Amino acid sequence: MEKVKEKISELGTSRLIVILFLIVLLIIATLQGQNMATVSSDIINRFGMNLFFSLAMVPAIISGTGLNFGITIGILAGILGGLISIEMGLTGLFGVFAACLMAVPFALVVGFFYGKLLNAVKGNEMVVGTYVGYSIVSLMCIGWLILPFKSENMIWSIGGEGLRTTITLDGYYDRALSDLASFEVLGVTITTGILVVCAIACFLMFVFTKTRLGISMKSAGSNPIYAQAVGINVDRMRIIGTMISMVLGAVGIIMYAQAYGFYQLYNAPLTMSTAPVAAVLLGGASTKKIKIGHVILGTFLFQAIITVSVPVAAILAPDGGLSDVVRTIVSNGIILYALAQARGNK
Amino acid sequence: MENIKPVLEMIDIKKDYYGNQVLKGVSLKVFPGEIHALVGENGAGKSTLMNILFGMPVISRTGSYHGTIKIDGQEMKIETPADALKAGIGMVHQEFMLIPGFTIEENIKLNREPLKDNVFSKIFGKSLKSLDYDKITQDTQAALDQLGMDMDPKRPVEGLPVGYMQFVEIAREIDKTGVKLLVFDEPTAVLTESEAERLLLTMKALSRKGIAILFITHRLEEVMASSRHITVIRDGQFVKYMPTSDTNVVEIAQLMVGREVEVIERHKKNLSEDTIMEIKDLHVDMPGEAVKGVDLNIKKGEILGIGGLAGQGKIGIANGIMGLYHSSGKVTFEQREIKLNNPKDAIAAQIGFVSEDRRGVGLLLDESIALNMVVPSIQNQKRFVKKLGPISLIDQKAVTENAERYIKDLDIRCTGPSQNVRRLSGGNQQKVCIAKALTGRPKIIFVSEPTRGIDIGAKRLVLDTLVKLNEEYGLTVVITSSELAELRSVCDRIAIVTEGKVAGILPAGESDAKFGLLMSGITETDSMEA
Amino acid sequence: MMKENKIDIKKIIIANIVPIVFLGISAVGVAYSGVNGAIIMSDVISRFARNGFFVLSLLFPVLAGMGLNFGIVVGAMAAQIGILIISIFDITGIAGILVAMAITLPFAILFGWLSALVSNSTKGQEMLSSMFVGYFAHGIYRFVFLFMLGGIIKIDAPEIMIPGTNVGVRNTIDLTGVKYSLDNLLKVDMFTFCFMLAGVAAVCAVYIYIKRKTVSKAAVAALVVCAALGVAGNILPALVMYKRVVKIPVVTYALIGLLCLFINFFFKTKLGQDMRAVGQNMEIAEVSGINVNKTRTIAQVLSVVLAGWGQIIFLQNLGNLSTYSAHQNVGMFASAALLIGGASVKKATVAQALLGTFLFHLLFNVSPMAGKNIFGSAVIGEYFRVFIAYGIIALAIALHAWKQAMGKKNS
Repeated sequence: MEKVKEKISELGTSRLIVILFLIVLLIIATLQGQNMATVSSDIINRFGMNLFFSLAMVPAIISGTGLNFGITIGILAGILGGLISIEMGLTGLFGVFAACLMAVPFALVVGFFYGKLLNAVKGNEMVVGTYVGYSIVSLMCIGWLILPFKSENMIWSIGGEGLRTTITLDGYYDRALSDLASFEVLGVTITTGILVVCAIACFLMFVFTKTRLGISMKSAGSNPIYAQAVGINVDRMRIIGTMISMVLGAVGIIMYAQAYGFYQLYNAPLTMSTAPVAAVLLGGASTKKIKIGHVILGTFLFQAIITVSVPVAAILAPDGGLSDVVRTIVSNGIILYALAQARGNK
Repeated sequence: MENIKPVLEMIDIKKDYYGNQVLKGVSLKVFPGEIHALVGENGAGKSTLMNILFGMPVISRTGSYHGTIKIDGQEMKIETPADALKAGIGMVHQEFMLIPGFTIEENIKLNREPLKDNVFSKIFGKSLKSLDYDKITQDTQAALDQLGMDMDPKRPVEGLPVGYMQFVEIAREIDKTGVKLLVFDEPTAVLTESEAERLLLTMKALSRKGIAILFITHRLEEVMASSRHITVIRDGQFVKYMPTSDTNVVEIAQLMVGREVEVIERHKKNLSEDTIMEIKDLHVDMPGEAVKGVDLNIKKGEILGIGGLAGQGKIGIANGIMGLYHSSGKVTFEQREIKLNNPKDAIAAQIGFVSEDRRGVGLLLDESIALNMVVPSIQNQKRFVKKLGPISLIDQKAVTENAERYIKDLDIRCTGPSQNVRRLSGGNQQKVCIAKALTGRPKIIFVSEPTRGIDIGAKRLVLDTLVKLNEEYGLTVVITSSELAELRSVCDRIAIVTEGKVAGILPAGESDAKFGLLMSGITETDSMEA
Repeated sequence: MMKENKIDIKKIIIANIVPIVFLGISAVGVAYSGVNGAIIMSDVISRFARNGFFVLSLLFPVLAGMGLNFGIVVGAMAAQIGILIISIFDITGIAGILVAMAITLPFAILFGWLSALVSNSTKGQEMLSSMFVGYFAHGIYRFVFLFMLGGIIKIDAPEIMIPGTNVGVRNTIDLTGVKYSLDNLLKVDMFTFCFMLAGVAAVCAVYIYIKRKTVSKAAVAALVVCAALGVAGNILPALVMYKRVVKIPVVTYALIGLLCLFINFFFKTKLGQDMRAVGQNMEIAEVSGINVNKTRTIAQVLSVVLAGWGQIIFLQNLGNLSTYSAHQNVGMFASAALLIGGASVKKATVAQALLGTFLFHLLFNVSPMAGKNIFGSAVIGEYFRVFIAYGIIALAIALHAWKQAMGKKNS
């Protein structure tokens, strides 16, 4: 009993409120006669789709650069890798992994330079990251116009210049990982493939935090002066953390795309950092502290609330487009709350 | 003289913070037009006394004070800074309260600007009144003239020499109407010698105009040169009130430090003649604690104390050797030269360090006791890790064992190795810091301010731990502390650092007067002449 | 003597490097756009008129030390409430504008106050939080306008509701009723406007002479330049095109001019001085007895109210309201404009705001055509200007953060 109490208090009051809110939503949805199997499938699918983005917050936060709002840059690197894989006509599982493999070098390079930048602007990483992310996304808009991709499935067939705004993965690796060994229980689809990959990634990240490098990084992040005093190169740890974060962002967009069925170019990546940031905050992370548990719980809660609240809110207004509105309000509300909270703790 | 009413009288002031008595009955008397020096060591209670005089919120928040304050013979209760201002008390802060981007006149008149009406202010109220720039300039000019300063009131404060900034501060205080008493808190600490001289002249000129000045400083020669009366406090207690003409530097220094030392007879061991560390011409660029050419030999197996007044540079020595602040010079440890400005090299040489800033430098507050102890060893000695192919994983078992050992050895009061250090008491946090240094298997350990912010019982325990380490394991210990009594109770030798240099090294049993003399920064020959 | 002059010029260039660079980029853009100068000018003048208020509204939070207030979008939202109401009641013309402004005021004050609460509890991160205030408010706004209106709150205004369902406000609302009603109150060609300015300068010169018995060189110079331009425009054949095409909405410009005067006046009042002190150093301001939170709140409310009125000026010029996107980029573009004028995150002047608005919109106007002529693609030009907007903000914030980090290191 004591153990249970301890666990609950560890969860925190705000987390409990969110969970209760979710339960209420679920009850309403059931009473409404929603098909709960479909809702559950949807949540599981979205969870696998988005987990990597949330996981990318871990190395950034533990190395002390805070929430990685610049994750969009890693996402761009991932898209680039993905487009190359399509250009090469790679398909199936091999296509997914080849895309990841090709995205990684780009992510490492941008991560390195982005890490350097963050070292120069210590204390303001988040706002700088946001706007650097925005500018790189808009710069890449020009990139998508002029990069010499030739694949017919990526360029406009007639008229229009540059790459299409959405590039379908149909015929390449649409749901290659998500549908791998997936099965149904009571009408709920379990996307085994992606969930296993997510589990492995989480486990590896957990192991990483227990390695010598991981511990040095954690020390550098939680108290830079301490770290410097014990001979840790703080700036280097922050750069490595940023690079890992960017790699996870790059892999994340490929995981996302294979589940979603499309790559979205141009302005689509602009606000992609909001959801994972909100998710880990919802899971109990702060700008200074994060655990793998926060990532898993947060991604699940966030996606679940978005998924469930839409049909529920539809009582108020039986119209489409609500999910986007709900996502906007929930995610930005959580971020605002966390920002206000962060200062209160100081 | 004595028939004149004192402008300020503080009688039997007592103050405690949560049961910790910091002022045990201090009295102070300042007459109009005199410079009165308030001297005392760090932690003697000077700043608390000033906080009371200014009605700072920290006092009222912690249950106010006991005793009487009289202004011009009139008893009054000062509860807010506004009360102090009304009573005519001004303060020149140690850290300048100036806005760099504002001009001199804007700073001097900050939030006291003369205003004039305009159309909008008649509708929307007085916050939209225009600033009366002509009057602002006039007043500023007048205040600067009074100080004999030739400065353009419209010049921005940014880029002014430090000494000038101080004068802007003073000008602001004397511009406040009805200032009767000006408090100068360590005003010369940041000044060059010529600037300091100039300041003293200005203070004298102000006092001749009838403004009483309360002068807080460590520099005893300045006290001698400027003040008419001196009040000495020590350990929150009133020690002596005397005319400056009846005393000398040596006596003041003695009064400042002369507390009864609990004599612990342990200076019996024979000191080794081997030097374990040789420090030559060490300069450390540590703000507020600059070291300016220290030469020091540390003998193997001794407990060496480094003492001196605050701001003189004693803290900088260990920080410089450990590579935390930029430093130059030569440090040789066991015949090997330590690379300066490189924390890794110092740690690799097995030099242990317990920082004076426990929470800032010494600990990862949100990590466990066990992890805190081993991070430097994991980082620098690759201990407490298991190799798993290319990956070095933390060896949880070894980490826990290490923690359990030190928890037992040092008697750390906690719920277990996995407790976060944030929730430990100050004394136990200090012990974790010591355990952290010991886990690195040091050959020498630098401990800075080991008892700062720790309650009395824990103080003894921490010091005993250090002595035990020295006696049982032959570990060379260097303790830096502002509390001379503490050093004298545990050290073999004590080096006194003054103005960034070693003023002298004395055996712990030496007389108060000799220590006082070294701390006051006056050389033997000087005092002979005096 | 000569040498000193040289150093001065160098200093001036370094201090104004940002606007100089952008002047260069814009000049290239103008040259390559291949569009007649008069047409470009005409467009820039109308863009300047509709954006001036936004950029000027940013001065308050910048000088109060809160950085760029991306949250002025809430002011634009307040204005859109006002615009919707006058659309429902079909109040047109200048009356419509005034009513909309009056309705905007209480909403803007409320929204400004709420966002100030957020800013005050996220000190040091105001730019980040103001951005999320904007996004959050956008979500709420969409929820209210798209689902609540007509859904929970029944209103009978078919002309603005989505046809058929009667739930949710339409995507685009026609504002023909108030279109140009401010701009067209008085519209003159640019050279007549020059004469008007010359007249204002003359009045100023006389007033100064009577008051201080000195001849104001600046006023006389302005008088001469404006009058000369006016005369030149009416006689030089090369300027005929300008006289025909470039029309100036006098009242709108007068409002912008008045706002500039007000800002300059404001920062010489007690409240303005307090605001500057808070912006420079919150701790010292607090110790000196200035109510920091209150002062910051006032700065933010002022900023939001002015942005709200700015949005009304903007919409009456545009003639229609994109209900769900008209406000979205207001804060971002205004911030970029201010920075291009040479302002920083902590320091900005009225002149920088005006110059920046001009340069930014000049660049905005010419980049698609220039992009087409240089890269063979107008789209590149369009993306380029967005990149410039985000890039300049990123650069300014990064520079500011870098200076701050350096300062911390050194102290």
